[in-house]
Amino acid sequence: MKWLAPPLRMSEPRHRVWWKSPAVWPLAGLMLLALVNLKFNQEFFSLSFQDGHWVGAVVDIFKNGSTCLILALGMTLVIATGGIDLSVGSVMAIVAAVAAARLARGDALPVVLAEGLAVGLLCGLANGLLVSWAKVQPIVATLVLMVSGRGIAQLITGGFQVRIDSADFNFFGNGFIGGVPVAPVVATALFLAAWLWLRRSATGLFIEAAGDNETASRFAGLATGRIKCLVYAVSGMGAAVAGMLAASSIKNANPLHDGLNLELDAIFAVVLGGTALSGGRFNLLGTYLGALMLQTLTETMYYDHVPSAVAPVPKAVLIILVCLLQSETTRRWLGGLRRRVVA
Amino acid sequence: MADVESPTPRLLAMRGIGKNFPGVAALAGVDLAVRAGEIHALLGENGAGKSTLIKVLTGVYAPDTGEIHLAGARIQPASPRDAERLGISTVYQEVNLIPSLSVAENIGLGRQPGRLGFLNWPALRRRARAALARLEIDLDVDTELGALPLALQQMVAIARALDLQAKLLVLDEPTASLDEREVEELFKVMRQLRAGGLGIVFVTHFLDQVYAVSDRLTILRNGELVGEFLTAHLGRLELVGKMLGREVRDEEGHRAEGRVGMATGAMMESTAPLLEARQLGRRGAVHPLDLTLRGGEVTGLAGLLGSGRTETARLLFGLDQADGEEIRVRGARVKINSPRAAVRQGLAFCSEDRKMEGILPNLTVRENIILALQAKRGAWRTLARAEQEKLCAHYIQALRIKTRSAETPIKNLSGGNQQKALLARWLATQPEIIILDEPTRGIDIGAKEEIEQLIAKLRADGVAVLFISSEIEEVVRNCTRIVVLRERRKVAELAGDEIELRRLLHEMAGATPAHE
Repeated sequence: MKWLAPPLRMSEPRHRVWWKSPAVWPLAGLMLLALVNLKFNQEFFSLSFQDGHWVGAVVDIFKNGSTCLILALGMTLVIATGGIDLSVGSVMAIVAAVAAARLARGDALPVVLAEGLAVGLLCGLANGLLVSWAKVQPIVATLVLMVSGRGIAQLITGGFQVRIDSADFNFFGNGFIGGVPVAPVVATALFLAAWLWLRRSATGLFIEAAGDNETASRFAGLATGRIKCLVYAVSGMGAAVAGMLAASSIKNANPLHDGLNLELDAIFAVVLGGTALSGGRFNLLGTYLGALMLQTLTETMYYDHVPSAVAPVPKAVLIILVCLLQSETTRRWLGGLRRRVVA
Repeated sequence: MADVESPTPRLLAMRGIGKNFPGVAALAGVDLAVRAGEIHALLGENGAGKSTLIKVLTGVYAPDTGEIHLAGARIQPASPRDAERLGISTVYQEVNLIPSLSVAENIGLGRQPGRLGFLNWPALRRRARAALARLEIDLDVDTELGALPLALQQMVAIARALDLQAKLLVLDEPTASLDEREVEELFKVMRQLRAGGLGIVFVTHFLDQVYAVSDRLTILRNGELVGEFLTAHLGRLELVGKMLGREVRDEEGHRAEGRVGMATGAMMESTAPLLEARQLGRRGAVHPLDLTLRGGEVTGLAGLLGSGRTETARLLFGLDQADGEEIRVRGARVKINSPRAAVRQGLAFCSEDRKMEGILPNLTVRENIILALQAKRGAWRTLARAEQEKLCAHYIQALRIKTRSAETPIKNLSGGNQQKALLARWLATQPEIIILDEPTRGIDIGAKEEIEQLIAKLRADGVAVLFISSEIEEVVRNCTRIVVLRERRKVAELAGDEIELRRLLHEMAGATPAHE
């Protein structure tokens, strides 16, 4: 088949400019926050080496932001298929409860980690099957587990909080590698691994294709159902890792409080990072920066002694600002305004 | 036309209607005249301008040229609501009522009696009952609409349309989702309304229905008026000929440039079939039929709109599940229950609905082209970026896809170039069997020719092509074998010398010699 076999030809130049990347917006947000801190609170940037590890606001941002980072990673993929996963916070609680209960029973650490991951995977698959096989709308399908998850977690712990005494397990949330907290190292490693997996294999393309036009993807021979199942499974596993990290850092599993409202932060991080809720293109770097930006905002308010009851307000303001900047309509409007002012 | 003149006064007269959209003239100098107490069929193939004409009539579009007169007065409907107020009521193909509301609410929707935002419920019910009584339908007006069978919902839609002082009723493909008995019900109501002096415009593409119920008909083709005829005076074959733009008397037009069929006539039986389908069918879509595709052959699937062409292709490609079929690919029995399975068997399917079933609008041309090949290979056997670019560069050049670069989002390309990119997507998988559903629809002449050349090349390369087109000349020109579908049944298979326009028209129209 001569016609079908392509001959050699030079490749074309790529038309890509860094400032057109959606990751620019959370980066701009980060810069803005940095400027605010530079003006009002320079202590924010101080970094010192104490007791064999780094100490400072920047370290706190990475450490405290790592759960949101990991959740946002899975959420990015789910949102890229046009779905949403509201259950991640509750899955964190379930996995934390399972891990604490198993540690209390005296299981070895690797076994506990494997069990935690398996439970997260199971939760994710349940969501995935509801969405891909039963064709339940993602928001409803994952709402089920979001609501029931905390009940399941309480069932596991008997309704109580469970203290975690395993020093090995608690190392993940409190220890340091080369002076840097373990949690953000894990989170960053997961991002790199995910990036390699998604962009080196065709998985990333398949996810984007299914999110951009599911029918057409099916016509092209993609198993769209499996792809959807996969992203929820990944999200569930991410929630498992996040849940164990969270439990480890507070040395405690709390069915009612672990991961509470974190699904919303994760969704925010994804949206800030330039992945549209309508599905299609996703941007892992954007998500990473978006999650960092959210945490930077929280830490900024903490350092500037904003009362915690008021803290959500500036957060909301910044989020809406970035979202407005991303919106095609506002940008066109601003462009028009500028032209009118110049003229 | 001689038989146009008639003593009955005209209820509706549309004269010289023209409508241009950027780049295309959707309508040019079209007339439509409907008398009171007449059912008037509006006919034409895809792109003939039927729906544009209806939209002009019902105030969705303003015409660029021409005038509309209703009951002697010139009208200029500005919106569907305005048209309703003037006495033109429309029922669309898809019942666009609200299933969770009651029958009475649906009939009164948007024109509720009452004041200050309060509903006058008794009046609403009374009006609904009166509207249904006019159609002689006995129905509890408090029933939830969604609980009713589709045919009754359609009746409610008609009742709603007639609730106002309608002079003219427009039915836009009202029978598309009804079964035979329900169609009869609808016809009964239509005849009743006709007897009451209403003018009815009936858009359909089922010829049987045209002959069953209409008095007169108007045929459009490519946005132009072919003519107005008395239904009883026009034979089926003539009708189809006019719809497709081929006069039956056009004797020398048969087998326009029939080289393709002739040249390969001899070798056809010698090639082993690549794909054999036995009893391929699905309830409500297409009656079981046999189909054989051979390498180096272009098999055409011909038939009028709604004859089951696309449905057959969908079954073959595993998009819909066939009931109890048997498919053999290269002699081996296979089960094709998803496009994925089909692609793995070496099939490819270029859909007629480019936008919904073809392109991934926000992804690049490159990603769109490699998608099917990558899907066939699986997620892990990734095509290297350099290889992808090589492949795209090849197809962009070979098919002359006009794009700024392979990294442009495909939504920025013109329709014809999108179509070529989709062809490239499938060619890249090196298919042995390729289904092309209306590959030339909505693209310019130059691109059409290129696609026909491509089909010839594929045939020469030993690919089995299944070609679907509503352009009958295209089918005759390109195919070595033609399977004719009519009313969702396979009615004939033509090969070699049998492929000629007149014969094909005959089979498509289902005209018996007595009809002529």
